[in-house]
Amino acid sequence: MFPLYMSLDYSQAVSLGLALVLGVFFGFCLEKAGFGSSRKLVGVFYLYDMAVVKVMFTAIVTAMAGLFLVSLTGNLNLADLYIEPTNYPAAIIGGLVFGAGFVIGGYCPGTSVAAVATGKTDGLAFVAGIFAGSYAYAEFLSGFDDWLAQSAHPDQTLPVLTGVSMGWYLLLFIAFLGLAAWGMGAVERRFSRT
Amino acid sequence: MNAIPAHGTPSRAVTKAQAAPYWNPYLVGFLLGLVLLAAYLIAGRGLGATGAFSSVAAWVANAISPEHAAASSVHARYLASGTPMQAWLTWLLIGSFFGALASGLTAHRFRIGVERGPRITDGQRLVLALAGGVIAGIGAKIARGCTSGQALTGASILNPGSLVFMLAVFAAGYAVAWLVARKEWI
Repeated sequence: MFPLYMSLDYSQAVSLGLALVLGVFFGFCLEKAGFGSSRKLVGVFYLYDMAVVKVMFTAIVTAMAGLFLVSLTGNLNLADLYIEPTNYPAAIIGGLVFGAGFVIGGYCPGTSVAAVATGKTDGLAFVAGIFAGSYAYAEFLSGFDDWLAQSAHPDQTLPVLTGVSMGWYLLLFIAFLGLAAWGMGAVERRFSRT
Repeated sequence: MNAIPAHGTPSRAVTKAQAAPYWNPYLVGFLLGLVLLAAYLIAGRGLGATGAFSSVAAWVANAISPEHAAASSVHARYLASGTPMQAWLTWLLIGSFFGALASGLTAHRFRIGVERGPRITDGQRLVLALAGGVIAGIGAKIARGCTSGQALTGASILNPGSLVFMLAVFAAGYAVAWLVARKEWI
């Protein structure tokens, strides 16, 4: 039954319309979390506001649980989902560069759109920067991109690689979230800036 | 949670009503997880925020010079899937703008202005935001995804590369925050 685009075979216009609707909910959640605010986002790095970790990990655990449960009912084959090819050098180099940009710029790409939508001119500057960075990467680093692509492996997930069921990883993530939730409250009190 | 003291210079408050508090982060995380799950169950893929920028970049490059754009494998990859307006990620990003706008307006949080730490000027903050955007944009292209496309989407399906990406983001984030960017924010 799922993913629906496979079972329903709808047109591209419907697909793009669904993307628009999903985007509305996505942006709504980001803004409700306070992620249109750079000072709230960088709070995670200065430890005065851990909302980024709370929201991200809860979202990851929720989606993981949903995927696992729906696949258990037989309505979804996880192998039908698109999985970005796994590329460790790209993930490490890109992650380090991205993390630096996140702190310096105060946003990540999705949250900067929420910032622009709520009137932040620094959000607009960040959005202009992502566009310039994406353009520059395609112009000057396409050779590097070709080289990186050689180390990519398609369709890798921890359950596939280790043979351990997704359910065990889900339990691990839930336990980690519980532990982190307990610890983060204490961290926020310790590093409070109000 | 809303108590971070404001240092920016909101030049014009659109509404005088007091901003509503943000929602509980665990509740929002749960809802965001449902949106991500819905994306997987409907479109067979997760969320993403940077792809749309590359689509537009490729389209602009192609408009300037098709031969030049085709010479870049990165531009060519995006051009192969059509114009930005035919791209799934573009519509997702347009939607997220309006979703955030709706949330911000109804919560009285729409303010034109610069948000910054207490020890820098608005001008410095804008330059740093632009520079950070360039750096984050390049990082997201190297990693083939950002906080949405790699961290959220990949971690929820247990893509090991996405988990490594997330660790790298936080490692660099904490290092740069405390060694380089302290004056910008605290």
